[in-house]
Amino acid sequence: MVRGEHAPYVQTMNEGSPLTQAVLPPDFADWFARQGWTPHPHQLALLEAQGDSLLIAPTGGGKTLAGFLPSLVELAEGWKGLHTLYVSPLKALTADIGRNLARPVADLNLPIRVEDRTGDTKTSARQRQRTDPPQVLLTTPESLALMLSYPEAPKIFGSLRRVVLDELHALAESKRGDQLMLGLARLRSLAPGLIATGLSATVEDPQALADFMGGAQVVHADPGPEPDIAMLPTTRPPPWAGAGGRYAVRDVLKAVSEARTTIFFINTRAQAELFFQALWAENDQNLPIGLHHGSLSREARARVEAAMAAGELRAVVATGSLDLGIDWGDVDLVIQVGAPKNVKRLVQRIGRANHRYNAPSRARMVPANRFEVIECIAALEAVRERDLDGDARGPGPLDVLCQHILLTACAGPFDADALYAEVRTAGPYRDLSRADFDDCLNFTATGGYALRAYDRWQRLMQRGGLWGLRDPRAARDLRMNVGTIVEAEMTKVRWKRGGGLLGEVEESFAATLVPGDTFLTGGQIVRYEALRELVVEVSPSPRKEPKIAVFSGVRMPMSAELSHRVLSLIGDPARWEVLPQPTRDWLSLQAEVSAVPRPGTLLAETFPHMGRWHLAVYGFAGHNAMQTLGLLLTRAMEEAGLGPLGFSSTDYALLVWSLDPVTDLAPLLDRDKLRAGLGDWLAGNAVMKRTFKNVAIISGLIHRNMPGGRRSGKQATFSTDILYDTLRRHDPEHLLMRITAAEAGRGLVDFGRIEEMLDRSPVLDHRQLDRVSPLAAPLMLEMGRVRIEGQGRMRLAEQEAEAMMQAAGLQLTDDPSGFDAPAPVVARPEPSRRRKARPAR
Amino acid sequence: MTGFAFTWHGLRLEARCSGALWWPEERWLVVADLHLGKSERMARRGGALLPPYEGLETLRRLEAEAEALDPAVIVSLGDGFDDDAAAEALEPQVAEHLARLEAAQEIRWIAGNHDPRAGGEETLRMGPVTLRHQPEGEGPDISGHFHPVVRLAGARRRALLIGPSHMILPAFGAYTGGLDAGSGAITRWVPHGIAVACLHKALPVPLRAA
Repeated sequence: MVRGEHAPYVQTMNEGSPLTQAVLPPDFADWFARQGWTPHPHQLALLEAQGDSLLIAPTGGGKTLAGFLPSLVELAEGWKGLHTLYVSPLKALTADIGRNLARPVADLNLPIRVEDRTGDTKTSARQRQRTDPPQVLLTTPESLALMLSYPEAPKIFGSLRRVVLDELHALAESKRGDQLMLGLARLRSLAPGLIATGLSATVEDPQALADFMGGAQVVHADPGPEPDIAMLPTTRPPPWAGAGGRYAVRDVLKAVSEARTTIFFINTRAQAELFFQALWAENDQNLPIGLHHGSLSREARARVEAAMAAGELRAVVATGSLDLGIDWGDVDLVIQVGAPKNVKRLVQRIGRANHRYNAPSRARMVPANRFEVIECIAALEAVRERDLDGDARGPGPLDVLCQHILLTACAGPFDADALYAEVRTAGPYRDLSRADFDDCLNFTATGGYALRAYDRWQRLMQRGGLWGLRDPRAARDLRMNVGTIVEAEMTKVRWKRGGGLLGEVEESFAATLVPGDTFLTGGQIVRYEALRELVVEVSPSPRKEPKIAVFSGVRMPMSAELSHRVLSLIGDPARWEVLPQPTRDWLSLQAEVSAVPRPGTLLAETFPHMGRWHLAVYGFAGHNAMQTLGLLLTRAMEEAGLGPLGFSSTDYALLVWSLDPVTDLAPLLDRDKLRAGLGDWLAGNAVMKRTFKNVAIISGLIHRNMPGGRRSGKQATFSTDILYDTLRRHDPEHLLMRITAAEAGRGLVDFGRIEEMLDRSPVLDHRQLDRVSPLAAPLMLEMGRVRIEGQGRMRLAEQEAEAMMQAAGLQLTDDPSGFDAPAPVVARPEPSRRRKARPAR
Repeated sequence: MTGFAFTWHGLRLEARCSGALWWPEERWLVVADLHLGKSERMARRGGALLPPYEGLETLRRLEAEAEALDPAVIVSLGDGFDDDAAAEALEPQVAEHLARLEAAQEIRWIAGNHDPRAGGEETLRMGPVTLRHQPEGEGPDISGHFHPVVRLAGARRRALLIGPSHMILPAFGAYTGGLDAGSGAITRWVPHGIAVACLHKALPVPLRAA
């Protein structure tokens, strides 16, 4: 079947076993035999299952065939209309499955058509599918939602018997899963009695995933032998800071040359680019190595996938874009570069080295710096103890429900009671209250504002007891905005002194840049110069490492479990012997210049860096708690007049930068003072606004896509921040404000966790340093920076404005009676970078 | 609130950090692009149902300026309404608020491209300077229309642009986007000069030569 699933599994089961004969029709049994295969027990178990199932199987366990086998058997007699719907998170995966299904369909002479339906499917094919659907349709959650919004949906899906949900563990991690479950609930109404089968990699709580499907029998495949996983021995120790993993390139190339095919997993696209460059620079043997990540064009990715599938590559450097997706048959080595951040994901990645189902997966880890060594060792322990981490899923988000209601209305008028009952059959919405449902319905109909301004212009109207679109033409806009993936607005990057475009960065990232910042784009390190007409202008930078490591806002937080393991390792010098010598040296150095975090003591450091004062607080309380503390502490700093400019948080530490240093931390950590910030400051912060933007888009308040092209960042648009501020002032109880608070609340913990952190660390150890400490160095490269719009930013703006005026030779006072039309400003040198003005102590 | 005082073509003026322009001599308060009724217009045309509070929010800020300065006249430099129909169909609460303001001082409406009929006059004179919605010819004139913004300290800020012969006010309305002061549509009229950015105070910065 799918590459990698042809792994001959011929262990002990004989072809003639009673089970096989009982459930597998003779021609299918023959077909298996002709391939030299024997069915896996879990494949037969799914064939026997009468109701919904969830199969938990490692990669290479014949998972996809298991999912399709019941359909193929049922389809042997032919079928009129659509029989099986297959949903996967990736378009590429549907194409791959389509190719691989072709073989049994041809061999067994099945009288059926298998087609895919994704954003890439041609319009003519889509229209044909609406009138004459194939027996097996392969699609994505978004395309399914779109198909369900057409008036023909009852006709298309009425004959449906089976739904196969692939890579369900991945879909369940985001709102795409919630949308899919709402779609499944709709399908169950349109085709009563349909059977759903979920396919998942190893997860920490299979029952929770089964509940997510609305209840299913869990089937476990044989997990296979223990993985062979260890640190990759390197000739040179990892650097103190840095994220590239370049120090290990020679050792890594040796490992590649000894393996058949290797996948490198790297946490961010920027790091993947750097590492790929470094590999090529040292690749004396000219090993064919490819690069695969989400910022590359579709064509570039397709080329790499094709080369990989054809066995032409010895290695591919990948980010999460390959976490799921195509099975690479011959991969026998996985190398994780940089700390895995999350044990579950590590285990799933290790599963990629699945050369043979019954052979252990082989994986090696290459920490990028000395702190990551500790993370890697902690993760190794967790893997050995099969201690998978994961956060419990919250209830189904209401913004997704709003979109679902609007799309349902596009298909035709609906009865509110019936839709409410149907939505409650979706796992994530099983506890949805009628009041919440009615709020969502009211929002989609009238906007749901306290000021009832739109009664004349409702989007949905009740006619004859049924809800439908007031203006059917609105369906086009709504269909163009299907989906829950909110892609960041991108800004182009070009060379300042002529030369072409370099690439794109996220607009929100561009907004945080200050002249002189260096970052990586299109494989090069560049220096930010200016933003002109919505294009970022840059100049070449001689630096080896970018100051800002990441251009993608997607951060990969370490799980709370893993951060606790890390603290217990760092805090206990007696256990340091499991660490390699360089890491021990690094911790010893930290102890020498500052201190090592220990249980019972809250370590903090103040130091100057790049013209800003920094405060690092090592709380080890998990990312959510550190982020909340960041918001509250910056408020206290704002009140103290220290001019905080922003902060970033990791699972173990918080880093705040400001115009003035924090010299006395204890009063800032005063609980009453911190608690006082919970109200207004928290509600007005950048984290909330970021969340609101996504909620506004998904719920259909604003449209991403307009007929005739994408909205541009021009005059016509204004930021959703303005909508947020307006709602906050005039209608703070509005549904979208509640959704935003609930969602951001999941990323901002309650105050109790911060009090607990302060309680368990009664001693405050605040060090004043003259430079970055060894432990703080990795923090400087963290992503997910939160801006603080306060006095500090205002002071900065004033200084910047003054410097610009001076550089232009302009002197203005508040009463410039002699000043007439401003003198022409001629080309001038860049204003000197303000950051350098502040000397390090 | 700190404004930025300057003299332009013989007029002593103050750029307010609210985005308004103050002429103390005759006590005129000049604002551009209020776009009242914008959310209603979008809903009417089948678009998004945005929070319908932008009129109240815009007038709240305008009233705050009026209270601080006690103007004799408020001038709207065009696009006071998002379209002519919006001027007719203002929310009762917004209409009430507007009536209250008009009772306190005269409001003179210049026509804009969004509200060609709801606006009253094409131009007004302010000493040697013409007030109109869009800049024209040799100037000197004061206009709006472009919703200019500049970048300062890492963010886009609304800004009043002072060029040799044209001055362009930022949009005063709550739901208004911005156009970069360096874009061609604007540099054609204000090739160089000074931008007064609207922050906690009015901050002058030089505009680069194009």
